Amino acid sequence: MGRTVVCCLVLLPAAAGCARPPAPPGPADAGWQPPARLSAYGLFRGALAAQEPAAGVLPYDLNTPLFSDYAAKYRFVALPPGATAAYHDTEVLAFPVGTILVKTFAYPHDRGDPTRGRRLIETRLLIHRPDSWVGLPYVWNAEQTDATLAVTGGTREVHWRHEDGRERSLQYLIPNVNQCKACHENRRVLRPLGPTARNLNRSYVYADDADNQLHRWTMSGLLAGAPPQEQAPRLPVWNDPATGSLDQRARAWLEVNCAHCHNPDGPARQSGLDLRPAQADSAKWGVWKTPVAAGRGSGGRSYAIVPGQPDASILLYRLQATEPGVLMPDLGRRLVDDEGVALIRAWIAGLPATP
Amino acid sequence: MLSHRRLCLLVALLAGCANNKTPSPVPEAPGPRVIVIRPGPNVQEEAQRALIEAQPGDVIEFAEGTHEFTQGLSLAVEGVTVRGRGMDKTTLSFKNQAVGSAGLLVTRGRFRLEDLSVDDAKGDAVKIQDAEGIALRRVRAQWAGEARETNGPYGLYPVQCQNVLIEGCQAFGASDAGIYVGQSRNVIVRSCRAERNVAGIEIENCTDADVYDNVATDNTGGLLVFDLPGLPAKNGRRIRVFENQVTENNHANFAPKGNLVASVAPGTGLMLMATDEVEIFRNTVRDNQTYNLAVISFLLTGRPIQDKDYDPYPEGISVHDNTFGGGGRNPGGQLAPLLVVMLGKPLPDIVYDGIVNPARLVDGKLLPEYGLSILRNGGATFANLHWDKLDVKKPFASLGRITRDLAPHAAPLEPLLPVRLAGVP
Repeated sequence: MGRTVVCCLVLLPAAAGCARPPAPPGPADAGWQPPARLSAYGLFRGALAAQEPAAGVLPYDLNTPLFSDYAAKYRFVALPPGATAAYHDTEVLAFPVGTILVKTFAYPHDRGDPTRGRRLIETRLLIHRPDSWVGLPYVWNAEQTDATLAVTGGTREVHWRHEDGRERSLQYLIPNVNQCKACHENRRVLRPLGPTARNLNRSYVYADDADNQLHRWTMSGLLAGAPPQEQAPRLPVWNDPATGSLDQRARAWLEVNCAHCHNPDGPARQSGLDLRPAQADSAKWGVWKTPVAAGRGSGGRSYAIVPGQPDASILLYRLQATEPGVLMPDLGRRLVDDEGVALIRAWIAGLPATP
Repeated sequence: MLSHRRLCLLVALLAGCANNKTPSPVPEAPGPRVIVIRPGPNVQEEAQRALIEAQPGDVIEFAEGTHEFTQGLSLAVEGVTVRGRGMDKTTLSFKNQAVGSAGLLVTRGRFRLEDLSVDDAKGDAVKIQDAEGIALRRVRAQWAGEARETNGPYGLYPVQCQNVLIEGCQAFGASDAGIYVGQSRNVIVRSCRAERNVAGIEIENCTDADVYDNVATDNTGGLLVFDLPGLPAKNGRRIRVFENQVTENNHANFAPKGNLVASVAPGTGLMLMATDEVEIFRNTVRDNQTYNLAVISFLLTGRPIQDKDYDPYPEGISVHDNTFGGGGRNPGGQLAPLLVVMLGKPLPDIVYDGIVNPARLVDGKLLPEYGLSILRNGGATFANLHWDKLDVKKPFASLGRITRDLAPHAAPLEPLLPVRLAGVP
């Protein structure tokens, strides 16, 4: 798939056509007003709800995604014409100004049977403006014809049949723009979280054929500087034992679900807990670490992680909680990630008593 | 290394102190924009929208009445004032909060919060993180009803901030600390009231703080100055605690287990743990039934220290001109039975664990600047437990090691300089 010019489709409201140049960098950007409707970006062709990417918009997937209350997530990337993202070994790719990262949250009516359809709830955009990234939530209407910008977020009641056959429901939370920042801001700089080379280094079934994403991005001119995919780092798939050991998969899961805040620069750094896999000091990733400001989040337990004892570990307690003020992550989750909890439980149970 | 603020005092006499920057005036736009939020069914959306769309200089005013929220509120814009019409008139109620771990979360500075009450938050009532220039005036954080473990941990909670003023505020019912300033620099907490919290007022891992003219009563522990390991900001120092009323802090401890304050003994007045260069003076500390003042090392907690850069010893502590009395009659907490055996009842006003850094000893003695100075505290009674020499299995055999003599603590320390805030709105 070659690069197609996307400027009129993506960077400007569709009605404005190609006449307007991209916004100049600098203070002029302060006056920028995001379009009120998702359709104005021209990110999709045909019916918006089909989520068929327009030319120049590439779908992608991640090895280990953030748990979002069992929502299905559809991700897309659109770069301005001629621009490329720069490869980085460990950090999120350096996307150029004008990039739009798209993530649509949906609930399939039946998680065991995708043919029964789905309901789109919200589409979050991360737009790289000249000054900074901007996070914008668009909420889908009941008719599923378009989504409207909702800076204050909202809630939607959702229902689905779970894989185990249970009917489930949820007051799904659409984050407001400050809540976007709560996860995406590091030292006051908003940035994407998912598309690291490690998390993108996997196969994706494109319309034409299956391909490695780093390879496809490079071939499409979206990405520069990536090594051959075999040499690029790869994050394990949290629930696929073929991709990594229990330890590697658990650390990958913690990285994606926790380390966006629990890192030395992140919003939860005051806790002293650093859940990045790169953190080698076991005391810093929680072993025998006492809580600082956990309050009843401690669940009466004394340490973040007690090796071999998941039920004595605060970390597991907070992953199993659903009560505000106790549950972790404290945003973007209201249900227990049963499979994630099982992974972390097995991992803590297997940690050696003396590291 | 010793006391920048103390050395500064000398310099200040000649040339003015580097700490004494005059606060730079914050330019006030002529007639700031005032957005008024009224109670009602849409208050969640209206208030959050106002906080998101605010511009620097704006005032967001909550009208008189009770504003009921279902989610925590957050502010991420510099230079905003949020105010009510008085802490008895405007209430932000989070009783029905279903989302968020704080009532109000603020992540930008030059922030002012005034004249309102924040009630029944599911987590912390007001959390301010990583911000410079914070003023909380006449703000109340409270949890209604009986003191419960399910109350939020912190009432007013600035963390990793600089230039923080908390003035005329109140905190009632927090399951950890009512007013808690953590990992911050340049802090003043004054003229506040803390009741029925586990810790009334707590200054933790802070450098340069003045805590004065406050009332702490009916908490488990009245006023705590702590330093903990394993945190990004640690080895706090230069804390002045003066002219406070710290009385009858005998409340049962209702902190969830696992938290450090869960181990604070009911009946603790002032407690100082591991922080260096602390000056405690002209306080009234009465009727706290375990100890009116405890000075201890982090080592006494028995908790693991996995932080090689952390200093667990309180050093350079000056306790002078306080009024103590009426305490120690009904000691509580884990150590109480042992303490009663060792010290008898009532326990002394000032209990010092005597755990010192062996590396600081010169000929077996601590240099005065690393020690504990106790002067002019009326008839205050004192015991040094010499805990590092204690055999807990044979407490009676250790009784002889306990000293009650104040003579080793008679060397005065230089007073610390006042904190000067800069850029507080």
